[in-house]
Amino acid sequence: MNHRKNVLIAAALLVSIAVIGIVAGRCAPSAPKGRRGGVGVSDLAVASQAVYVPPGDLDTYYLFASGGHSGQIYIYGIPSMRHLGTIPVFTPYPATGYGFDDDSKAMLGNMSWGDVHHPALSETNGDYDGRWLFVNEMGGRIARIDLRDFKVKQIFGPMANVSGNHASAFVTPNSDYVFGASRFSIPVAKGTVAPIEQYATVYKGIISAVKIDKATGTMSQGFQILMPPFDFDLADAGKQASDGWVFFSSYNTERATGKLETTASQRDRDYIAAVNWKAAEAALAKGAGDVIGGVKVLDPKKVPGIVYLMPCGKSPHGVDVSPDGKYIIGSGKLQGVTTAFNFEKLQTAINAKNFTGDEDGIPVVKYEAIKDAEVPVGLGPLHTQFGPDGYAYTSLFVDSAIAKWKLGTWQVVDKIPMSYSIGHLTAAEGDTVSPDGKYLVGLNKLSHGRHLSVGPSQPESSQLVDISEEKMKLLMDAFTEPEPHYAQIIKADKIKPIEVYPKEENKHPLAIWDVKDAGITRQGGKALVKVVLVRSTITPTVIEVNQGETVTIALTNIEQTTDELHGFGLLDYNFNIVVDPGETKTVTFVASKPGVFPYYCTNFCSALHQEMQGYLIVKPKA
Amino acid sequence: MSTIPAMFERTTRYLELPLNTRSRVLLFIAALLLGTTFLFPLWNMTMFAPQYPNGLRLDIYGFKFVGGNNGQDAKEINLLNHYIGMRELTAENFTEFKWIPFVIGAMALLCLRAAFIGKNSYLVDVTVLYGYFAVFSLWSFGHKLYTYGHELSPTAAVKVQPFMPPMFGYQKIANFEIYSYPAAASYAMAAAMLILLVALGWNIREVRRLSLTELRDLT
Repeated sequence: MNHRKNVLIAAALLVSIAVIGIVAGRCAPSAPKGRRGGVGVSDLAVASQAVYVPPGDLDTYYLFASGGHSGQIYIYGIPSMRHLGTIPVFTPYPATGYGFDDDSKAMLGNMSWGDVHHPALSETNGDYDGRWLFVNEMGGRIARIDLRDFKVKQIFGPMANVSGNHASAFVTPNSDYVFGASRFSIPVAKGTVAPIEQYATVYKGIISAVKIDKATGTMSQGFQILMPPFDFDLADAGKQASDGWVFFSSYNTERATGKLETTASQRDRDYIAAVNWKAAEAALAKGAGDVIGGVKVLDPKKVPGIVYLMPCGKSPHGVDVSPDGKYIIGSGKLQGVTTAFNFEKLQTAINAKNFTGDEDGIPVVKYEAIKDAEVPVGLGPLHTQFGPDGYAYTSLFVDSAIAKWKLGTWQVVDKIPMSYSIGHLTAAEGDTVSPDGKYLVGLNKLSHGRHLSVGPSQPESSQLVDISEEKMKLLMDAFTEPEPHYAQIIKADKIKPIEVYPKEENKHPLAIWDVKDAGITRQGGKALVKVVLVRSTITPTVIEVNQGETVTIALTNIEQTTDELHGFGLLDYNFNIVVDPGETKTVTFVASKPGVFPYYCTNFCSALHQEMQGYLIVKPKA
Repeated sequence: MSTIPAMFERTTRYLELPLNTRSRVLLFIAALLLGTTFLFPLWNMTMFAPQYPNGLRLDIYGFKFVGGNNGQDAKEINLLNHYIGMRELTAENFTEFKWIPFVIGAMALLCLRAAFIGKNSYLVDVTVLYGYFAVFSLWSFGHKLYTYGHELSPTAAVKVQPFMPPMFGYQKIANFEIYSYPAAASYAMAAAMLILLVALGWNIREVRRLSLTELRDLT
């Protein structure tokens, strides 16, 4: 009897557990209820019209996106979001021959990649002037791309004293300086060693001001500012009302080491460093500064009045100055508000010495005295760009969205989901004194599911948004190579590139323009071969050298027609040179291997492109 | 007059008379028009292809070629022509560039000579010589086009049938659509021819009007 009752009770328990389990399982949500959260959809009729650029027509804006650790810059057209080209900067690129000829190889030094972060277009009076694009990389270099021919003309650095040049490249409104700052604090000058326990006192952060020659764009090291070991993240130059200042966001003002994700996130507020670069320049002219690592470095303790610290919560990532220069927007990536600081109030506070303390002698300004508002934009605010009518757009990494709000009223008027996890965003001419509005591109970190799967290595997502009306509209998903950190959008008619190097401009000493002048000469054990490239022959068609000789081949593409590029690939010697119309390039190598080696035009040029070839004969040592 | 000797005598006597003012003015204008040929092209050829949507232009002056696009078109045309074995368009291959300007200059001088110190016979000389020159130049142009299109190098990479490039009008050759038309200077030359013919025509009417006795009196 008892036995049977026990079995019945056990059976009832098992059945009820099973029933509860089944019911509970059915009730648990397998997908978020309601609208498919966190995903943007577009209105077909509106969007397709807006982004379609008919065959033969041209886009109206250029988008220059950083290529991240690819070391390149990607060019897109807006609104079609078509990838128009890639400018190789810190990485060799055989498609255009970059990094194989003598000049570009020398520019790259012995480095084969760079981690590009933020491109910056040159400015005049706070507006893009279409002359140059400055590009930073984490190793401490800044490159200048000439927008006349879209080529890298100078790679400056690696800069002394700066470790991890993250807060870069940012230009002042008249392209006086391009700034960089360290993400990693180290003892300076580079090469100095100190134990990690001395991080808070001996390790230093550096803000670096690189001077730009207004006429040629040539960069030279201006000066640096010695900072406490804060991690500098981003910057923006003041303009109009705040011209003469530059603002750097920083985190790990805890001066922590070890497991930074915890130790560097303890303080409620870190700092935005407000740097008066005009005052720093003046102090430098008067002889201030010590030489560290070969550069004049100003110590704010010795040179007061050049740096002030603005408290900003929490671990601020982006700092962006409004078009009129009156507001400085700081976004703490670990909070839900974006802070709007008032520049005029900052000046008042500084003059009144309204400070709450100091860091290594740098005054910390009272937060309440300089902030105008904390805008409730959403979770994980990062960067802010601007429209022409007082609107600001802030990217929200955690919310995976963009919030649109108004300067002055501090009201959030719209939010649009981004797929997924937006980092930076860029609006048309959005960091100038006169943003265009119209278009905004969200540069997202995750793209899974939005495109045909291409395996584990995913492309990045760039979403084009129409911001011409109060409500933002998603227009298009575009996908880029890894991985744009930031981008610049400029009106297409501000850039007027050439497509042919005019013959008169080619001042290369080894340039030749007639096949009669092609051939080999020898001087002091070195062979010099002058080569003419023109449809559809490489002259000379045979080059004879001796094993062990150092050979320099100077190639001139004598075409003057657009799109008539020629290549020079020498198999077995591992190089591919591509020469644009009217250009001369050289390549130097040692003919170490004897034999007969073909060279041929690699870049398609004409109906008889396959016939464009020759032989390099390396005669063996006797 | 009815007899042939009379006709010849009338003609001969008329030709000895000095030119009237109307003829002189017309001759002067003709000389000026000839002068403009040194400033403007004689002929223009423009070619279009899918790869060249803006076209390649070639302006032919009496003494030089000028390619469109700052001279680049002429270089491009030569580059393309070498694939089919066509001779290069260079000054060395065009002796016309030596004698055309010379002859035009001489014609202009003859017109001026007639205009200032001329007898009626000078007008006849100039008109006939000029007419001969015009016909000869047109023939020469056509002949040049013919030889260029027919004397193709046997080692050319691309073999095309020998062809006659268009002298006037439209023609499609391979992927190129070619338009060939006279340009400003040719119109000026045609106008000069017309003026001389008109002047001559007026003079012929005058000699018909005058009687043999009147002519004997005048000379």
